Amino acid sequence: MTAQIPLVDYLVLDDTPHLEANECTSCGARYFDRRNACAGCFGTEFRKVTVPTEGEVRAFTIVTFAAPGVPVPFVAAVVDCNGTSVRGNLINVDPDPEHVSLGMKVRLATYSLGLDDNGVEAVGFGFEPA
Amino acid sequence: MADDIYILGIKMTKFGKHPDKDTVDLASEAAMAALADGGVTMRDMGVLAAGCLMGGGGIGQQIQKQVGQTGIPVFNVSNACATGATALRTAIMAIKAGECDMGLAVGVEKLAGAGLLGAGGRAKSDKKEWTPSGRYGAVTATDGRIGTDAMPGTFAQVGMEYGHKYGGATFELFAKIAEKNHAHSTLNPLAAYTKRMSLEEIMNDVMIAYPNTRSMCSANCDGAAAAVVVSGTKLKTMSLEQQRRAIKVSASILTSDPWQEACQVLPDVNTLTKAAAKQAYEQAGVGPEDLDLVELHDCFATAELVHYDNLGLCEEGGAVDFFNSGASWRDGKTPVNVSGGLESKGHPIAATGIANIWEVCHHLRGEAGDRQIEGAKVGLAHVIGLGSACGIHILEKSALG
Repeated sequence: MTAQIPLVDYLVLDDTPHLEANECTSCGARYFDRRNACAGCFGTEFRKVTVPTEGEVRAFTIVTFAAPGVPVPFVAAVVDCNGTSVRGNLINVDPDPEHVSLGMKVRLATYSLGLDDNGVEAVGFGFEPA
Repeated sequence: MADDIYILGIKMTKFGKHPDKDTVDLASEAAMAALADGGVTMRDMGVLAAGCLMGGGGIGQQIQKQVGQTGIPVFNVSNACATGATALRTAIMAIKAGECDMGLAVGVEKLAGAGLLGAGGRAKSDKKEWTPSGRYGAVTATDGRIGTDAMPGTFAQVGMEYGHKYGGATFELFAKIAEKNHAHSTLNPLAAYTKRMSLEEIMNDVMIAYPNTRSMCSANCDGAAAAVVVSGTKLKTMSLEQQRRAIKVSASILTSDPWQEACQVLPDVNTLTKAAAKQAYEQAGVGPEDLDLVELHDCFATAELVHYDNLGLCEEGGAVDFFNSGASWRDGKTPVNVSGGLESKGHPIAATGIANIWEVCHHLRGEAGDRQIEGAKVGLAHVIGLGSACGIHILEKSALG
């Protein structure tokens, strides 16, 4: 089996790929990066939690003009995963206002970013229509 | 009780392309014009605060070398798109603290032809070995793979999120907001663009990040603005003409964003603006219904919509109806961005926070010519920079006027 590495460290590639957040043990605030203290309550204890893989599109944009090297078009979105907001692209859907809508139900999906010279495959994530 | 603060002199340069001038030239032009407008000199200034967001720093001292080095304290400030407002607030705080009775604030930027702001980041697509780095352990650039880092798409989502919550925020509605601002700028000779655009032209313009087409995005351009602020006590010792033209700063507020659940994935431009507006209205003792004009941070058409609500110009959730009623056109109940706004007047980042105050002062002084809002007595200027920082100033016509 090809060795894999996630696009970002909060993407966990096991049998059911999912996102993992650092949750403040005091107030429940969730972060995808490390925090010295919780931005909400200043608590300093965090635990790893699994973010639900299904959610609803709360905001999106269809980017057709981007920096050099960034393939367009793509759909950038904020997905509400049962109370945890996640930033990600909408994938496996036509990138136009007829096929993407506010409130649409989506689920986490992964895709290959290709192999490096060591044969390691990088894996990214997005959300596809559920 | 701290002394009252007044704007004694204020000026903005023409916004647009200035290929023959650098940032120091533009900033110095604005600074000298503001001093002349106030009838004072660098000798009278007790503090200088200046900002140039994309510059290398030290713009304040560079300006001094062009307009007068007197040894006063200089604060070089950097606060995203709120940099100009922050410079002004810094000068105001120095006066309120009793350290001096007059100060100068300057903001300048050269952005003509700058293209997309915020985008790109690490270009590692040719990397031969996937290696995690950065706070998220990313093995390659994430812009375009995990959402967008560029401003047009970021603010597109801000507007779409509002639409999701309250409804009615269509592509055409956002385009109509840009249509208004492009129409307003036809009366502003200092605007970067002064061409009226039809709704069809705006909707059929190059799509940047749906629903924002090119003409719904703020115009990258060059420009500077500067203001001289003075304490009320000092102003009373000055000429009647200076007192008549002085504009009272009845509120000067700066906020950052308090933690909100989603603020790590999409900048929350709403909570800090609402907080700043609440504080500003309380400090000034006026309400949104008292405002004769508003210059707000329409960095994109999608942003203008949410700030109607954030500034309390309409009921919560009522921004779409507020706009559709015609209220924000220059002949409406609460004229918004009669300068043309960032979409048409232009957005030389660090200059914007002082330029929008210049626009309001211009009307309160009755000096706005063809685009004068008749009888304007109270106005509000708002900017927001991502990160985030929000500056709001409420300005009032002099009682002597």
